[in-house]
Formats: sequence, C-alpha cells, structure tokens
Amino acid sequence: MATKASRSAARLMMGPAVILLLGWMLVPLIMTLWFSFRTYLPLRGGDQGWTGFDNYVRFVSSSAFWPAVQTTLVIVLGVLVITVCLGILLAILLDQPMWGQGIVRILVIAPFFVMPTVSALVWKNMFMDPVNGLFAHLWRFFGAEPVSWLSDAAMPSIIMIVSWQWLPFATLILLTAIQSLDSEQLEAAEMDGAPHLKRFFYIILPHLSRAITIVLLIQTIFLLAIFAEIFVTTGGAFGTRTLSYLIFQRVLESQNVGLGSAGGVYAIILANIVAIFLMRIVGKNLDN
Amino acid sequence: MARAVTPQRKLINTGLAWAIGLLIFFPILWTILTSFKTEAQAIASPPIFLGFDWTLENYGVVMERSDYGRFLMNSIIIAGGSTILGLIVAVPAAWSMAFVPSRRTKDILLWMLSTKMLPAVGVLYPIYLLFIQLGLLDSRAGLVVVMMLINLPIIVWMLYTYFREIPAEILEAARMDGATLKEEVLYILTPMAIPGIASTMLLNFILAWNEAFWTLNLTAVNAAPLTAFIASYSSPEGLFFAKLSAASTMAIAPILILGWFSQKQLVRGLTFGAVK
Repeated sequence: MATKASRSAARLMMGPAVILLLGWMLVPLIMTLWFSFRTYLPLRGGDQGWTGFDNYVRFVSSSAFWPAVQTTLVIVLGVLVITVCLGILLAILLDQPMWGQGIVRILVIAPFFVMPTVSALVWKNMFMDPVNGLFAHLWRFFGAEPVSWLSDAAMPSIIMIVSWQWLPFATLILLTAIQSLDSEQLEAAEMDGAPHLKRFFYIILPHLSRAITIVLLIQTIFLLAIFAEIFVTTGGAFGTRTLSYLIFQRVLESQNVGLGSAGGVYAIILANIVAIFLMRIVGKNLDN
Repeated sequence: MARAVTPQRKLINTGLAWAIGLLIFFPILWTILTSFKTEAQAIASPPIFLGFDWTLENYGVVMERSDYGRFLMNSIIIAGGSTILGLIVAVPAAWSMAFVPSRRTKDILLWMLSTKMLPAVGVLYPIYLLFIQLGLLDSRAGLVVVMMLINLPIIVWMLYTYFREIPAEILEAARMDGATLKEEVLYILTPMAIPGIASTMLLNFILAWNEAFWTLNLTAVNAAPLTAFIASYSSPEGLFFAKLSAASTMAIAPILILGWFSQKQLVRGLTFGAVK
C-alpha cells in the first residue's frame, strides 16, 4: 500500500507534466478567446478594441465559410470511408496464412512514416503532374487525355493522397484487433459450414467494432486538422479550402487575427465534440 | 495463429497480399528509384523503371545547393530534443500514476489526452505572438518546447500503459526487503521499463520528425527542419523530379527505418492503449 510519503512524492512527480500541459492549454486558449472578441489587425492599426460577437457572426456569414465546412466534411468522410473499408479488407487478408507476411506488413505500413510534406509533393509532381506525372503517362498509354488532377479533380486527388497516408494506420489497428480474435470460434463456425459472408458479419465485424470506432475517432481528430497536404498541393484553391485552412489564411495571410480567432474557437468546439466520444471509449478501457 | 489451409489458398493469399503491398508501397519505391536517375530519364516517356544509368548526382546537388545538412541537424535536434525533454517530464508523472494511483489519476490521464485534441490552427496566433514576444520565432529551442508539449500526452500515456504491466508484487517484495524509493526506481523499475521507454522514444521521435504544422509556421531560416526543406520544393523546383526524389528520400529514409521497428508500438501509442 502506498504510504503518505509516497503519495506526496507522487504528486510532486506529476507536477511538472500537469503544470506544463495546463499552461499549454490555457494560455493560448484564453488568448484566442480574447482576440476573438476584438478587432485586431496587426498590420492595419493593431488592436482596435472590443467588438462583441462581430467576429463570430462575420466568420460564419462570410461566403467562404459554408464551402469550407463542406470541404472539410467531404475530406474527412471520404478518407474515413476509404480507409476503414479498405483497412478491414486488407487486415483480413493480412491475417490469412501466407509467405512473407512480415515483409508485406512492412510494405503496407510504410506510407504512415512518410512526412506529409513529402507525400503531398511526391503525389503532386511525380504522379499527378499533367505533363510528366506517372498518371499522365498511363493515361496517354491508353489513349486518353491526361488529367490536371490537382486543378480539375482537386478534391478526389486530395482525398486519395490523404487516404494513402492513413490507410496503413487503419489497417495496422484493425489487424491488431483481428489477431486477438479467438481463432477457435472462427474455426467452429467454419466447421458448421457458415459461409464467408456470414462469418464476416456475425463474428469478425462485431469483434472489430471497438477498433473501428477508435480508428474513426482518432482519424477524425487528425483529419480535421490536415494542413501540409493542402498547403503544398493546392494552397486552398480549386475548392480544397478546409475550415482549418480558412482560419490559417485569415490569421496569417490576411492578418485578421480577431476574425481568425473566432474561427479558431469554432474549430476547438468542433474538435471537442469528437474528442468527448473518444474519451468515453478510452476511459472505459482504463477501468478494466 | 497458424490455421491449416490448402497450399493453393496460401498461394493465392500470398500473391494477392504481395500485389497490394507493392501497390501501396509503390509511390515510395518510385521516389527512391527516381532519385537515382538523371533529370532527363526521370521525365522520360514512357517511364523507365529499372533500365536507367544509376547516378548519385542528385544527392550531391541537393546536399550542395540547399544546405541539407542544416535542415537535417534541425530535424534531429527538434525531434530528439523534444523527445528527451518529454521523457524527463513524463517518466516521473507516468511512474507515479501507474504505481501510486489515486482517485483522480484516471481524470488526469483523460484530461492530458484532451489537450492533444486542441486543434493547432485554433491557437496558432497566440503561440506565434508569444514566440515573437519571447524571441523564440525561428529558434530551435522554441520548437523543441512546442513539439514536447504536443507529444507529452502520448508519451505519458504510452509510459503509463507500459509501467502498469510491471507487476506490483515485485515492487512490494522489494519494499518488504527494505529497498528505498531510490533503489526501487534504480534497480527494479528502470531495467523493467527500458523496453517501454525505448519504444516511446522511437514513436515520439517519428511523430516530431514528421510534424508539419508548427514546423512550417514557426520557422523561417535558422530553425527550419526537413519538413520545411521539402516544402521549399513545392514550386517550381518540384518540377526537377530527380532532385525532388533525392531530397524526399533523404528526408524520409531515417524515419522509414525507425518506423518499421516501432510499428507495434504505434498501435499502443496512438490508440492510447485502447487496442491491444
């Protein structure tokens, strides 16, 4: 049993981490809230006083807002659907007996370790370039007209790039979950003559439900914040301006800190809604 | 788990899995191959897969022209510094939460996780402003601190899940034998915790190395790491495929190798122990 002395020592040891994170959370948060209620243009007159909820109203009523919300949702949902569906199939495949399983795993997981700026640039230039990109070569080979991917089909292209980055993560987590499945149960079902589809829907999918939820929540949090992929490829043009990119542009490009901060508060609220669900699941896991 | 299947089934599995694995890996493979081509061969039509004159010229040019060494050093210092600093703060915290848990331990852990969910763009300007005020803009020290704070929740969580697996009976036995707190930590916990600490270091090094929001927005010249180095190729230099490939290969190679070693920890670290 822990003694009184060890308890106070424990509190002391937790101190630095708690204080640092508290500062990291509260200081910028309070500043963002403060700015969001002020007219603050660093290059055009600086801080010009209180403005109430004007920034909040202006951010939502600007013509760029709803398209940005839509873009964000399309990217997040598109990537989630692609990575989870393909991830499940791939995880089931990788769980089958085969030769060289370890090497295949290494090949599949690799994109996750590529820094976002690199993957965005490699896709943009070496694959999606309408003149010299590999896709252009492929299209010409089949007699088709090469596509300017990042201007004519900007959204599908970005969704593809981001899905490529996140598919390994989904696959790896789902594979870990599948491997914890009781193989006797599956074999029993197989003996009883349960067809593949039935085994999938009645045994594998229910077993994966928690892992799928975790993948969905964690990816949502990261996907709401994707930045480099858009910064490097389209710079927010051709309908690819997400909510976080819009905020970035308001704050750093048009230097309207008040307006951008109001947008930031919206983004924080949005992320928190997702986070609450994630916390529930993770918290449950702590109990047992 | 080894399930018995027919050799044909196994062959089909193998073929399919390898084909998909290679397809997913292909962009990386293609980048590495292109980095050894001349610029003319890199954009040759039809594309050349292996039958080109292998050259190291691009690596030389990239190193020379863009001061690759400095970007690399910045990446190492920022990723390494933040990981070490994070461990110094997180090890005691995780240790106390795992071995001297109180009623509030769970809440503190979840609260720490919640700070990770704070969208960076929402607090970009305050941090930017603080950095200007403190003279930290475009400094390695500033980025080390920011990276440490971003990854601190993950470090604490990973260490906590590792520490919890150390059986408490061993500690109690040591206490019975009269071991002091210092001896307990030094001779019992540390040796048992080293594998966990090592994986935590690895994963956090990778996360900090690849982080591209703060590194792009808080650096200019002096402290810019490899993420910024690569972003500078976005245009028009990106059209030089061979050099872009060489630069990309140099930026991802170290992490790809580290990543392959730490893939198991990735699940634990990024799902905060909720998937095992």
